[in-house]
Amino acid sequence: MNQQEKRMEDPRYKIANKEALIGVALVVVNFILWYGFAYGLGSGPVEEYDYIFGFPAWFFYSCIAVTVFIFLLVIFAVKFLFKEVPLDEEDEK
Amino acid sequence: MNWGVVIPLLLFLVIIFFIGFYASKYLKSSTDFLQEYFLGSRQLGGFILAMTMVATYGSASSFVGGPGVAYTVGLGWVLLSMTQLATGYFVLSVLGKKFAIMARKIRAVTLVDFLRERYQSKWVVILSAASIIIFLFSAMAAQWVGGARLIESFTGLSYTAALFIFAVSVLVYVIIGGFRAVAITDTVQGVIMFFGTMIILIGTIIVGGGIENIISDLAAENPDLISPYGADRSLTPVYVSSFWILVGVGVVGLPQVAVRAMSYKSSRGMHRALIIGTVVVGVIMLGMHLTGVFARPVLPGIEVGDTVMPRIAMEVLPAWLAGIVLAAPMAAIMSTVDSLLLLVSSAVVKDVYMNYVNPEASAKKVKRLSISVTAIIGILVFAMAIQPPDLLIWLNLFAFGGLEAAFIWPVIMGLYWKKGNASGAIASILTGVGSYILFHSFMPQALGMHTVVLPVLLSLLAYILFSLLTVKRHETIQEQVFQKLWSA
Repeated sequence: MNQQEKRMEDPRYKIANKEALIGVALVVVNFILWYGFAYGLGSGPVEEYDYIFGFPAWFFYSCIAVTVFIFLLVIFAVKFLFKEVPLDEEDEK
Repeated sequence: MNWGVVIPLLLFLVIIFFIGFYASKYLKSSTDFLQEYFLGSRQLGGFILAMTMVATYGSASSFVGGPGVAYTVGLGWVLLSMTQLATGYFVLSVLGKKFAIMARKIRAVTLVDFLRERYQSKWVVILSAASIIIFLFSAMAAQWVGGARLIESFTGLSYTAALFIFAVSVLVYVIIGGFRAVAITDTVQGVIMFFGTMIILIGTIIVGGGIENIISDLAAENPDLISPYGADRSLTPVYVSSFWILVGVGVVGLPQVAVRAMSYKSSRGMHRALIIGTVVVGVIMLGMHLTGVFARPVLPGIEVGDTVMPRIAMEVLPAWLAGIVLAAPMAAIMSTVDSLLLLVSSAVVKDVYMNYVNPEASAKKVKRLSISVTAIIGILVFAMAIQPPDLLIWLNLFAFGGLEAAFIWPVIMGLYWKKGNASGAIASILTGVGSYILFHSFMPQALGMHTVVLPVLLSLLAYILFSLLTVKRHETIQEQVFQKLWSA
């Protein structure tokens, strides 16, 4: 793409692109934690499981704790990283 | 008839009708019928947006099928279901503001409107409208069958009578109220789903004698019920992880979900919806599937998975509360069906008729047509659902994955890759749908992953390859598209 096109691009797209990347980053973090806890703690024999609040530890961490953590992460991302922009065209040029 | 259960359900239907009438006022006073009927004039606030996303996505499988499988497979299935947490934040953040802004620039009402402007190609429009009509029509019929079976099971009415009640309820509020009615009823339905999930989970834990007790009962029956591998150790990490594509990120490609990402009023609403949607999806998916597993020691020996949910509700809750909780799967099915009905109508009216048959149609005619097309599709689905033909059942198998494989790249790459062009999009749709059907028929679960994974990758390759090969041919069109969609 040439210089001129870059200059003309809707400035709101810069924000939008960044936020899309944040969404991708959230999924990656979510996946790694979910996978790591589930198979890191849960792949041994069932007799040797630890338990937290009655749940097997792998389940407690990967399905409950990670879910709550992602809630917090989403709240953090939205509050501090996402920007409000007007969606409508302000002036038809 | 079990009146304790039936009365809350009837009450639920009455509320839904009222919402339909309320929304119909907007429809009457709106200056732009199409924008209002198919998109609610882009007025959704954060809470409604979150709820309609969750409720449209959460269908019979989250409330009836899923918990039934969890009952048989154990905690491993809950692990798999939690891949859906991503739908809560991924769709809205990835389609995000860019999709909303572009849709406004071109006044798009449907996903196909966006694709038409982005690719300027008749074939992209025809292929995508056809995939929507074929796949979602069959998906809808399958959901109607589920809804009717559910009514049949609590009320003792015959299947056809149950189907009739279900069909009439949905048709009335969709036809009179359009998208706004769908979104508001989805919200009520989403709230019912959310609280219903919590009530039934807590009820099951109490009757089962506490979490510790239930888990040790499960482990005593079969230790693998509490392992991540499932009761028969068939859930491999690769297979479970591949659900991140099917029900996590791939959902971006579902037209009924994507269209909601252009229906909101402001970026503030979208921000709220991101948070609310993630929490609601997380709680519902965790709660429903966990209830399915916990139901096992409480009600052992259930053979038919689909009956786990209704039976556990009636077992652990007083009848009136069971009625409210059982309105949740009903709500889940209705809120999926209503969106599909509207989407298929919009594909017929807006994408096919107004693009190719009669672009000059008057406003009045479009209005009459939209309403009658919705009604006709509803009646056709009803007729099909009385005795679903094999072709329909077969098509429904591909509905979810097939649409994802078809649309994910034309939409995402269309938004974020300026070089993407019509040849790429056509190649991507054909490769996605074609390879999905082929893999499904001849090599299901290739490489141990869910069948959807390879078609999604292949359609990405096709998109990139064909876009790059045809850069020259699309040069002038791409320049116009850039002016229209990207420039400030």
